[in-house]
Amino acid sequence: MFRYIVRRLLQMVLTFFGATFVVFALTFANQDDPLQALAGERPITESQRLALTERYHLNESFLTQYWYYMKGLLTGDLGTSLTGQKISAMLANAWPVTVKLALLAIVIAATIAVTAGVYSAIKRGGLFDNVTLIATLVVLAMPIVVLAPLAQLIFGIKLGWFPPTATRDASLWDLLLPALVLGSLVIATELRVTRTSVVENLRADYVRTARAKGLTRRRVIWVHVLRNSLIPVVTLIGVDLGGLMSGAIVTEKIFNIPGVGFNIARAITTEDGPLVVGFVSVLVIIFLVVNLLVDLLYAALDPRIRYE
Amino acid sequence: MDVVPGVDPRAPLLEVTDLHVEFRTQYGVAKAVNGANFWLSPGETLAILGESGCGKSVTAQAIMGILESPPGYITKGSIMYRGVDLLGIPEEQRRKVRANRIAMIFQDALSALNPVYTVGFQLAELFRMHRGMSRAEAKRRSIELLDQVKIPGAKDRINDYPHQFSGGMRQRVMIAMALALDPEVLIADEPTTALDVTVQAQIMGLLADLQKQRNMGLILITHDMGVVADVADRISVMYAGKVVEEAPVYDIYARPAHPYTRALLESIPRLDMKGQQLNVIRGLPPALTDVPRGCAFNPRCRYAKDACRQDPAPPAYSVAPHRTARCHFFREVLGE
Ligand SMILES: Nc1ncnc2c1ncn2[C@@H]1O[C@H](COP(=O)(O)OP(=O)(O)OP(=O)(O)O)[C@@H](O)[C@H]1O
Ligand code: SF4
Ligand SMILES: [Mg+2]
Repeated sequence: MFRYIVRRLLQMVLTFFGATFVVFALTFANQDDPLQALAGERPITESQRLALTERYHLNESFLTQYWYYMKGLLTGDLGTSLTGQKISAMLANAWPVTVKLALLAIVIAATIAVTAGVYSAIKRGGLFDNVTLIATLVVLAMPIVVLAPLAQLIFGIKLGWFPPTATRDASLWDLLLPALVLGSLVIATELRVTRTSVVENLRADYVRTARAKGLTRRRVIWVHVLRNSLIPVVTLIGVDLGGLMSGAIVTEKIFNIPGVGFNIARAITTEDGPLVVGFVSVLVIIFLVVNLLVDLLYAALDPRIRYE
Repeated sequence: MDVVPGVDPRAPLLEVTDLHVEFRTQYGVAKAVNGANFWLSPGETLAILGESGCGKSVTAQAIMGILESPPGYITKGSIMYRGVDLLGIPEEQRRKVRANRIAMIFQDALSALNPVYTVGFQLAELFRMHRGMSRAEAKRRSIELLDQVKIPGAKDRINDYPHQFSGGMRQRVMIAMALALDPEVLIADEPTTALDVTVQAQIMGLLADLQKQRNMGLILITHDMGVVADVADRISVMYAGKVVEEAPVYDIYARPAHPYTRALLESIPRLDMKGQQLNVIRGLPPALTDVPRGCAFNPRCRYAKDACRQDPAPPAYSVAPHRTARCHFFREVLGE
């Protein structure tokens, strides 16, 4: 187990360098005239331009820029955005609301997906099963760039059930609508996987034993079948995290939530390279750490797994 | 503890009468059990014998009330336990009969145990759910049980998962689980088929000992005639969902009354037959969606005559006291 974790950590370091390199390269390639983009319509004087270019190493080669960046990152310095703010300070401001939003989305999606998945598996072929099948197909077919503004318009503005935007100090209730939208990205696949997994497990021999032990149906399903069925679902939740992160960029932008995704969206439009790379690097680290945790949870759920 | 109202301790332990089970699948109706009859007394071992697919496991599952339904349905018959028809009581009472009064062990203990819980959890669960014991008390009882089925180091092994046990030890865990609540009837569905020969003998010996200690009725399902000779008191031979012969073990081995039983006996390899061709029954059992008219065994029977190919199927003729055979020509088979 210990060796497994060490190996995973080494892999994570490699992945981290690879991923940040790609992000850096993409931002670099995409840059047109970041200083002008930063200044907007205002003209920039030549001396200003020189000073800024010097400060951000804009005239250096790509690899040198990457080297400067990595050096900063590894010494805990995320750098400075083109707007002159410390990226670490911006991150400190932005992450709480995003974590709240993401956790809310994950919990809502997992709870609904697992409960509904189990019920459609038990009553497969029934009304509930068919209704959820259609609902998941609709959700799967709906891209978040359509779903988010649609939900905002209907439930936030027309019906007024939820606030259509949220602030930095938003309550869980304020974040519920965007969290639902974000969760909808993963809920459909999680539900289908739960259902398939439960159906498969219901046929297993150990279920027959559990029934022969005179356990109630409820206990057979929610204790014996569920734990086995959750194994593939947990893996999926880890994989889904990447999707949730990109979804958060769209969701936060549309619902105007000043979180990590919102900052990235703005940084992309303003060609603020350091800001994009800084935030995305942190997301990559989170993604890697959460996936490691998911793998450990997987081992806790399935004792047959012994990592070599 | 009274789990089912109306239980009469003086009534016969278990009596299965005219049991019919069918599976309604998209390929048609498979009549897996077509009128099974047998009874069981305390302390007695009844072996149910028959080829693969003849309905042994389905009969056991019907008695336990754990048939998967759909597709399985009990269409006719009764299962009397101490004077109560188990097919006529509400599911909640039926559930309490399981494990408390009638318990079952399965062929493959590896797949029959839940892979993600420790054996301790799976044992203790019985005491906690049925007896309302505390965790600590349930754990203590579980260790006692593992001791009784002779698992070395029970105290430590209680926290192990099923895959950490050897095949024989796992089957002992299954036996412990089945015996936890002191059932009066134990159904063992091919308990040793998945095991090595030496381990098979140990498990059979353990089952026999525990049965004697507890005066339990044991239904031993197998397709191995060799295994039953030592342990069974009576034998029910099943063919295509029917009990075709039922008799005390000694009588069956000495003088089978049904051609199918006879063929089964001749198919046991014996040391004194070394070098001779093993007599395997020719042909295959019928598809359960399409059982032959008359006697279901007639296409494979060397005694078959015209009467055998016509309905009605042979009834359970009384061959001797406590002995029946579903063959029109049982006298000929007996060699009278
Ligand atoms: N869930 C099910 N759905 C459809 N048919 C079934 C089902 N379970 C059993 N059957 C059918 O019922 C028949 C009897 O099966 P059963 O398991 O009782 O055989 P068996 O005598 O126990 O054989 P074996 O020695 O192989 O265990 C088989 O032909 C099988 O195809
Ligand atoms: S009834 Fe006929 S076919 Fe059936 S076992 Fe007897 S002799 Fe054979
Ligand atoms: Mg079987």
